[in-house]
Amino acid sequence: MMEWTSFDTWIVVTGMLSAMACALLGNYLVLRRMSMMGDAISHAVLPGLAIAFIVTGSRGSLPMLVGAILIGIVTAFLVQGIFRLSGLDRGASMGVIFTTLFALGLILIRQAADHVDLDPSCVLYGAIELTPLDTYLVGGFEIPQAAVTNGAMLLFNLLFVVAFYKELKITSFDPALATTLGINADLLHYVLMTLVAATTIAAFESVGSILVIAMLIVPGAAAHLLTDRLGVMLGLSLVFAALAALLGHVGAITVPTWFGFRDTSTAGMMAVMTGVLFLLVFLFAPRYGVLSRVIQQARLALKIVGDDILGLLYRFQEMAATGTAPMHAGDFREALKQNWPVRMALWRLSRRRWVRRVENGFILTDEGLRQGRGIIRSHRLWESFLCGKMGYCETDVHTPAHHLEHFTDEKMQSRLEDAADRPGQDPHQRAIPPAS
Amino acid sequence: MAAQAQANRQSSSARVHALTEDQRRRLPLAIQDLTVAYHRKPVLWDVDLAIPEGRLIAVVGPNGAGKSTLIKAALGLIPRASGRVTIYGQPYEKQRRLVGYVPQRESVDWDFPVNALDVVAMGLYGRIGWFRPVARAHRRRALEELEKVGMAPYAQRQISQLSGGQQQRVFLARALAQDADLYFMDEPFAGVDVATERAIIALLKELKAAGKTCVVVHHDLQTVPTYFDHVVLLNMRVVEAGPVDTVFTEENLKKTYGGKLTLLSQALFEYSKDPRLPSGTRGGGAL
Ligand SMILES: Nc1ncnc2c1ncn2[C@@H]1O[C@H](COP(=O)(O)OP(=O)(O)OP(=O)(O)O)[C@@H](O)[C@H]1O
Ligand SMILES: [Mg+2]
Repeated sequence: MMEWTSFDTWIVVTGMLSAMACALLGNYLVLRRMSMMGDAISHAVLPGLAIAFIVTGSRGSLPMLVGAILIGIVTAFLVQGIFRLSGLDRGASMGVIFTTLFALGLILIRQAADHVDLDPSCVLYGAIELTPLDTYLVGGFEIPQAAVTNGAMLLFNLLFVVAFYKELKITSFDPALATTLGINADLLHYVLMTLVAATTIAAFESVGSILVIAMLIVPGAAAHLLTDRLGVMLGLSLVFAALAALLGHVGAITVPTWFGFRDTSTAGMMAVMTGVLFLLVFLFAPRYGVLSRVIQQARLALKIVGDDILGLLYRFQEMAATGTAPMHAGDFREALKQNWPVRMALWRLSRRRWVRRVENGFILTDEGLRQGRGIIRSHRLWESFLCGKMGYCETDVHTPAHHLEHFTDEKMQSRLEDAADRPGQDPHQRAIPPAS
Repeated sequence: MAAQAQANRQSSSARVHALTEDQRRRLPLAIQDLTVAYHRKPVLWDVDLAIPEGRLIAVVGPNGAGKSTLIKAALGLIPRASGRVTIYGQPYEKQRRLVGYVPQRESVDWDFPVNALDVVAMGLYGRIGWFRPVARAHRRRALEELEKVGMAPYAQRQISQLSGGQQQRVFLARALAQDADLYFMDEPFAGVDVATERAIIALLKELKAAGKTCVVVHHDLQTVPTYFDHVVLLNMRVVEAGPVDTVFTEENLKKTYGGKLTLLSQALFEYSKDPRLPSGTRGGGAL
């Protein structure tokens, strides 16, 4: 079994802090449909890092941070500028900028790498496993430098989002209105982008660009699937980010060993975990999830089959002389040309006590009779209306009436009755049952 | 007729130029020599407008005439190439509180995680000020505005789950929350049913009764005389502006729409001017 040390704790804490710092701002990128901006900035900062390195000759955090923030701001301005002036959409403008800057950064790093060792792959994956080695002494505790930087960044972002909650909301939703109210949407946009750049860099060193991009976008996107409230979305995204960091590290040190490999990159695994969390949400979210949509559709289908069974039973009871044998499950399957849905619908109707099983057949209970009568009433009212008012002829009214009967409530029935001049019989001279 | 219209136009522009500062202060909106260009392509030329107080004003013109642009330029949302805009005698930046704005419905992202009440509360942000949260009193106020447009039962609905007409009502409620004196509305009647249209027009009349001024971009020529007092006919320039009675003539419309005034809309237009219609459904003085 794996061994958990204070090293692992610090790795997880650092991962959580950087993930949460990114996710918080990422919500606004998602909402402003600027998800690519995270991508753009995190790639575009590369030349900033390289230049800072070349100028100062050190890999210290401060020059890196300054270089990256500067270039991050430049990116935001360039993207906005191209977007405004060229008429390209935002995505394309970002694409143009970040690929160019990224390429420039790679060239610069190649240049720099000839002199000192600066590893491009470090940029992709970061080196979170090494972060606990670089520590600060804070109040007598040894705290990894990366945890301090990312923690500070998270705190700062939290303050920003809380202080400007209203303003961020309105400028993201309706920048025109914000501007007319005197809230400078452009300024807030650049402040936000600057913070994204700073957060990206703070997280960069420890977790690398892959995780930064994942954390900027995925937690927010997943949270958006789960809620219709902005505040809840922000909170959920933080939870996802923290969870992904924890699961990512645990996964990185356990999963590969099951298959006899050495443990793998924690940052990579954290990014994978955000993807896994997103997938789960995507499948199981109560309203927007795939599964719930499938279930809703199945429910509707089942309701319709159930309605049809009730209608059949009502018609049967209407016509059959007393003492006739009740309808069998097989009769329904044959009449409705469906097998499993009919079985399930029958089970559902029995459970609701709308039908009762007697000597291998089914009859309506009192409540079932009421329901069946309602459906037949809708059906025959629609037939009368379609025939009398809309110019359908007697032979082709059945199908549309059959569709409409499932979505006709009592109020609509009574309106329909008035609209069809209160017919007593449908076009086939069958009595229209009264409202119950 | 044409000569008279020309004289009319000149006099209207002369009016704006000759305004004393005192007269300006009493005008909700005065626009002088406004020119707006996107990428050096001018879309509005030399617009002169003096909008009187307490009236409902329709802005009418074909697609792409620059109606939305006129509103956006007046609100400072897009830069103007030249010209001067005053709201009650002062530049817009000083008079924000006096102005309410209902943008075209397509201009926002309806999937945004906010409900109807949140959106209406946004109309209050200007008054709430920086660093302060939306308090319970503000929410109560927003709910009142939703009630006025018959949307209170939908206060907690996420906005994409509202119908187009309901979304439009939410936008109106938000404008009401702004509690302005001058309202700009960009096609509030677009894609709404008869009931919502009636509700909106009732609201406009209430605003007018309270002495507010509404500048409304409108597409349905047939209803212009019934709904509005004044009309601005716009097609890159102001073709004509003034009271509906005198300005809303077939000839001016032809000039505005060029060949685009279809037979149908002409017929509708003639219908709307038909003297046999019951009073109150006809334009101008009846309002
Ligand atoms: N952001 C923009 N960039 C470039 N051109 C624009 C932009 N917005 C509008 N235009 C152009 O300006 C002109 C006026 O547009 P505007 O939106 O004001 O028209 P409109 O009268 O509101 O039309 P509609 O009835 O379709 O709403 C059009 O020719 C349009 O193509
Ligand atoms: Mg428009």
